[in-house]
Amino acid sequence: MTIAVASGKGGTGKTTVAVNLARVLDQPVQLFDCDVEEPNVHLFLKGTQQGEDVVSIPVPVVDEKLCDACGECSRFCEYHALVSFGTKPLFFPEMCHGCGGCTKVCPRKAISEQGHRIGLVETMQAGDITLVTGRLDVGVAMAPPLIRAVKARRQGGLTAILDAPPGTSCPVIATLRDTDAVVLVTEPTPFGLNDLKLAVDMVRELRIPFGVVVNRVGVGDERVHAFCREQSIPILLEIPDDRRIAEAYSRGELVVEALPEYRSQFMQLWKSITTGLVEKTEVTHANL
Amino acid sequence: MTDRRPAVQELTVISGKGGTGKTSIAASLAVLAERPVIVDCDVDAADLHLVLSPQVKERHEFKSGHEAVIRGKDCIGCGLCVTHCRFDAVKMVEKTPGEATFYVDPVACEGCGVCVRFCPVQAIDFPERLCGEWMVSETRCGPMVHAKLGVAAENSGKLVSTVRREARRIAEEQHRSLVIIDGPPGIGCPVIASVTGASQVLVVTEPTVSGEHDLERVLSLARHFSIPATVCVNKWDINPAMAERIEGAASRAGAHVAGRIRYDRAVTSAQLQELAVVETAGPAAADIRHIWHQLKLQE
Repeated sequence: MTIAVASGKGGTGKTTVAVNLARVLDQPVQLFDCDVEEPNVHLFLKGTQQGEDVVSIPVPVVDEKLCDACGECSRFCEYHALVSFGTKPLFFPEMCHGCGGCTKVCPRKAISEQGHRIGLVETMQAGDITLVTGRLDVGVAMAPPLIRAVKARRQGGLTAILDAPPGTSCPVIATLRDTDAVVLVTEPTPFGLNDLKLAVDMVRELRIPFGVVVNRVGVGDERVHAFCREQSIPILLEIPDDRRIAEAYSRGELVVEALPEYRSQFMQLWKSITTGLVEKTEVTHANL
Repeated sequence: MTDRRPAVQELTVISGKGGTGKTSIAASLAVLAERPVIVDCDVDAADLHLVLSPQVKERHEFKSGHEAVIRGKDCIGCGLCVTHCRFDAVKMVEKTPGEATFYVDPVACEGCGVCVRFCPVQAIDFPERLCGEWMVSETRCGPMVHAKLGVAAENSGKLVSTVRREARRIAEEQHRSLVIIDGPPGIGCPVIASVTGASQVLVVTEPTVSGEHDLERVLSLARHFSIPATVCVNKWDINPAMAERIEGAASRAGAHVAGRIRYDRAVTSAQLQELAVVETAGPAAADIRHIWHQLKLQE
């Protein structure tokens, strides 16, 4: 089973929910930091580094001797990564998506591929938690291929928890694809509500069962709760606006360890996800 | 060489880590600036409009790239598209038992066109993709350019470049000297599109292990693009020792430290009243005013 923790708005507590949830599980769990632009999960776990692997995407190399400057590759490239003005093509690796099209359309077979580094996948073992972190190189624009490389480490049979990046665009979609349920973390403020609505539209479009965790309950107003009620979206957990949580977080401590009274709530959250979201959906599908 | 200093200055507010207070601060700077043009570059989770209540004057469709669409009636089920697609976007469905047909998952399709080109029976269309819309509006602080990326849409970087270009055009046309940009979180494509060519970035961070970690990466991004960076620590009193550590690291990384903002519930109450923090009274408002005066903007 694969569960993603996401949110439209940043800083609502995705990482807090993902890492504390993984910690209270009474079983080996894979935790994936898919926020590859700013991975933070490792700051909250102490463990041993198991290794790191470089992730590359295939990009074109033009054999100058074979190229006759016909311009077919640059006309084909949708991303303007190859540009030719009646000349041999110039290549801009930061624009390349690695689709391989140019190698296939080149009439003289002058284009081969080589790896272009975009980041790292790091693995760490912390008790029952295997943490897999993606770390995008600074200056690299495209996160989705690295996110796919992180997710490729999933092992069937093991529970997987994915910490998603904020927002609703391609890196989030790459994270959420093929997950069994999504936990949307929000806060009861106008920004939180606005971005929750965007995130709800997104997970509905992806047709993934989801529920909401409301963090910092008490800071704002009732509109997030009202929205969830109107839309029949289950609120899986409410975390109060507790300054001790913010302080523990600031030091890199887990809520369930610094403030053990929250442990049972995260265990309950897991139960609500597995029985409330995943199983219910499976039953509905079975009835179809 | 001609003087390359831009006539219009662009200040981009970014953070690396999300939820540190970028939008609250950008809205306050928009109020404090004399005649700014305002841009919301957080196109996939835009919030600035909730504070600045823009009156929309113009709406434009944002089309970018293409998407592959297989015409089911013409597909012969050869599956060549599946083997060509590097993004796992082509899915098989059984038309009748034993007879396969294929469709493209629009969410996974990156619009490269390889399947379109190599389909042996030309059964794949490649229409332009509507990715969202962008708007030009009026606010109490000046003109605002903002956007809404479509649900699960791509190309947020191009949409960011589009709204920035429009804001610069308005600034030049109306002789406004400052463009204030509310940037997205992270360091990837929409952030790169928000900062390239900017006169300065203001990095809003928080005194947490995540804030510290993400600041380091976002400052390397600013250095990578040779953009002067100013840093402020929001909610600094959550962890004063960490605030100090972050400021030290920021200075060592060559950034200018502009000040600190206290944790203040007035920030959320301002948001609830659809006001910028500096339009309400409170210690955080005073702190933001101080930071505004520390920004080295050319008049």
